[in-house]
Amino acid sequence: MAPEQTPHPVETYYRELADLLDAEREPDEQFLMNLQGEESDFARFNHNQVRQAGHVRQLEVEIDLLSGQRHAAGRLNVSGDLRVDWAALNQLLHGLRETRDALGEDPYLHYNTEPCDSYKQRCGELPTPEQAIKDIAAAGEGQDLVGILASGTVFRAFANHLGQRNWHAADSFNFDWSCFGDADQAVKARYAGARWRAQELRECMQQVIKLMALMQREPRAVKPGRYRVYLSPAALYELLSVLGTDGFDLKAHRCRTSPLLKLAHGERELSPSVTLTENNQRGFAPDFTSEGFAKPEQVTLIENGAFVASLNTARSASEYRETVNAGTAHPQNLELAAGQLPQDQALNVLGTGIYIGNLWYCNYSDRMDCRITGLTRFATFWVENGNIVAPVKVMRFDDSLYRILGENLIALTRERELVMDAGSYHCRSTASARLPGAIIDDLKLTL
Amino acid sequence: MLEDVSKRFLHLIRGIDRWSLRVVDTHQEGLSVRQDVIQPPRNLRSTGAMVTIYVDGASGYAATCDLSDRGLREAIAAAGNWAKACQGRGSDTVRENAGAPHTAHYRSPVAQGWNTWSLKQKLELLRHACRSLHIAPQIVDWEATLAYKRQHVLLSSSEGAWIEQEFFFLYPGMRATANEGTRTQNRTHGGAELGCQGGLEKLERVGYTREAQRVSEQALQLLAAPNSPSARMDTLIAPAQMVLQIHETIGHPLELDRILGDERNYAGASFVSPDMVGNYRYGSDVLNVTFDPTESEELAAYGYDDEGSRGESLSIIKDGILLRTLGGASSQQRCAVPGVASSRASDWNRPPIDRIGNLNVEPGDHGFDDMVAATEFGILLDTNRSWSIDDMRNKFQFGCEYGRMIRDGELAEVVRNPNYRGVSETFWRNLKMVGDETTYVISGTPYCGKGEPNQIIHVGHAAPSCLFSDVEVFGGA
Repeated sequence: MAPEQTPHPVETYYRELADLLDAEREPDEQFLMNLQGEESDFARFNHNQVRQAGHVRQLEVEIDLLSGQRHAAGRLNVSGDLRVDWAALNQLLHGLRETRDALGEDPYLHYNTEPCDSYKQRCGELPTPEQAIKDIAAAGEGQDLVGILASGTVFRAFANHLGQRNWHAADSFNFDWSCFGDADQAVKARYAGARWRAQELRECMQQVIKLMALMQREPRAVKPGRYRVYLSPAALYELLSVLGTDGFDLKAHRCRTSPLLKLAHGERELSPSVTLTENNQRGFAPDFTSEGFAKPEQVTLIENGAFVASLNTARSASEYRETVNAGTAHPQNLELAAGQLPQDQALNVLGTGIYIGNLWYCNYSDRMDCRITGLTRFATFWVENGNIVAPVKVMRFDDSLYRILGENLIALTRERELVMDAGSYHCRSTASARLPGAIIDDLKLTL
Repeated sequence: MLEDVSKRFLHLIRGIDRWSLRVVDTHQEGLSVRQDVIQPPRNLRSTGAMVTIYVDGASGYAATCDLSDRGLREAIAAAGNWAKACQGRGSDTVRENAGAPHTAHYRSPVAQGWNTWSLKQKLELLRHACRSLHIAPQIVDWEATLAYKRQHVLLSSSEGAWIEQEFFFLYPGMRATANEGTRTQNRTHGGAELGCQGGLEKLERVGYTREAQRVSEQALQLLAAPNSPSARMDTLIAPAQMVLQIHETIGHPLELDRILGDERNYAGASFVSPDMVGNYRYGSDVLNVTFDPTESEELAAYGYDDEGSRGESLSIIKDGILLRTLGGASSQQRCAVPGVASSRASDWNRPPIDRIGNLNVEPGDHGFDDMVAATEFGILLDTNRSWSIDDMRNKFQFGCEYGRMIRDGELAEVVRNPNYRGVSETFWRNLKMVGDETTYVISGTPYCGKGEPNQIIHVGHAAPSCLFSDVEVFGGA
């Protein structure tokens, strides 16, 4: 239930719309309704100057209109004022009824029939346009800074004909930037959260500036071969994001296209240090699915190197007779269990090799062997005897995760970092991950 | 509807000297039959507007899906606030003209509209294609798809621009997955890369019934095939892979906003610098590349870009020499190199940035058989399935669905998991032979991603089959 406070206008709109849909539905008709929206400021920087900046207000409603196992869904943008929107929504409902009548029964239609309300409203302290620009320009003074600030409120909500109501609204900001030296020698950082503090931003920037001093050294070109490396949490996030595409998807496993098929079948294994969990208790994503199912608190995907469970969306769960445990087949709140290596010992344990600050453009080179290629990017250094010697020029790797997180995984750090996804295709992402750094032996560099 | 919003806006914006308004209304439908089961159709409508206000050398934008007078007023206020906040802190100057002063219309040519077929007729076509894909028990997943999109855009400005464009897109496709144990191979035809502008008359491009059996047969062939060998060899690249080769190693490196550094934090910069324009040898002298928004069947055909610049066909690389970049009017103003009309926004909620557009390799004069016959040891590579390139758009590695060895001038055995890698700045200099019109296919992708905030947009790439010498090719594990 909603707490006693003045609701956000979008929440009021959502509840009124849900009630109206309930009132307007025909006998023997059911509905699922999802609302997604944001009120975000975006400020893009290049050379520590504003390149493009503005505000985006978007709100969209998706209605799935059901009659037994027949159904049809449609999505449209709404203004947030029912008097303005009702004509378009009513037209959508008529169109959906026509479409539904032209379709047969959907054998895999699956939605929650045991109402479970939820309410989450996270309020923050977000910067005004003037404050954001002033603080960033001041913190980055003298730097060749390039990046994006995204700041605002993200809304997600679900309602159905059974009276279920789920509301999720969260204020957040994510300043994702890099500072450049010569050519593509750069250091990347993120300052993300719900309460903007200029001092915290300055401290993050100081860390970047410290690393930038190392980037000024003459870069070293390394030859293709196998190298001992340290993968930062941000670098590991890039690898695990690729793995997230079909790696844990129930449908991909049953259609036998999952890159982890051999792990699930016991033909390959990962290091016993690898335990991966979708931790819905911790994340920033909504705790309900678009079919109204409550997400479990956590789903153990891989435990001590062995495959445990897939992520089952409602439709796949219905098709393959499993239990729903996810809203999407791609992890939204991924956690890799911490290891024993103190972060401040990472360079010593690396010894001589490459410290990889970030990876970039990772993709499968042999999906069924979980072999991934990609490139080093940002703050990547040659290390000798535990000391940073020089930045390393861009190198391509091409290796299997069965080796990287299998026999070649030496250690995971004790400390973990929260990596918030800065993605904003269509709308701002709510995905994040909590990951340690990793020491890897014999990573194959190819070009 | 767009006209109504734009006319109301004219009253609401009074008192502000320089502005532009882009109103966009998009309708998409997606149909799929998978494993002979009709999947829930997708039906999306996206409608909204972006206001941009220019004040004393700075600009700010506001996008809203509230198109009431109240919503537009709030957007004007928000854009004005950002413009003021950016005064004195804007990088480079903002564009002098917020849309050129003219009235214009553009519409995709459509012979047979989407609604001339009932939903039932379209689904019947897909059901038949889907059934035709399931030719053996090893085909464990199979699907036929058809997607439609109509996008209506009206751009107006304080300078008197009133540019209305209406685009119609069609994306027909098929997929078959073959499996045995933990070995799996996918084969696709169409879908993303065979998308085009036009109506249902373009369904012939995918030839559902005609091609379904071939798609599944090739999936089965791949399942039984050996891994691609690892060696340096000639590569004959088919149009369904040329799409990606052009896109990543010519298109993105030539985007002027990358060259200017805007994308360095995300999509990356470029190995190309402004001083290379007019003299840099990008490829061998048989490489000719054209930017062509007038190719009306191609995905990025348009009359005008989203800054109001008129689209025209222009040579980008002539006889291997780089002549111009892919930068719209704003970027050209920031950096005095020749560009094109390519400043585009993915939707109403994103500002225009430099995009690739329709970027095509012009056909040469060699038939497919001529190029096979000219290859002593090589590989035919078809249909992209994996892509990766560094942030300067130089070191690349691509994977294909289908490979076939060429030995002593003849097509030989099928091989699975073919990959190849190279370096953009030298790769095109090894272009040995360019296929003629008979090998030329209009393709593209709806999934070109870049920008902060992120934007995905459609781009077109038409190309013949092309033969490259001395390429590093390798297989899977």
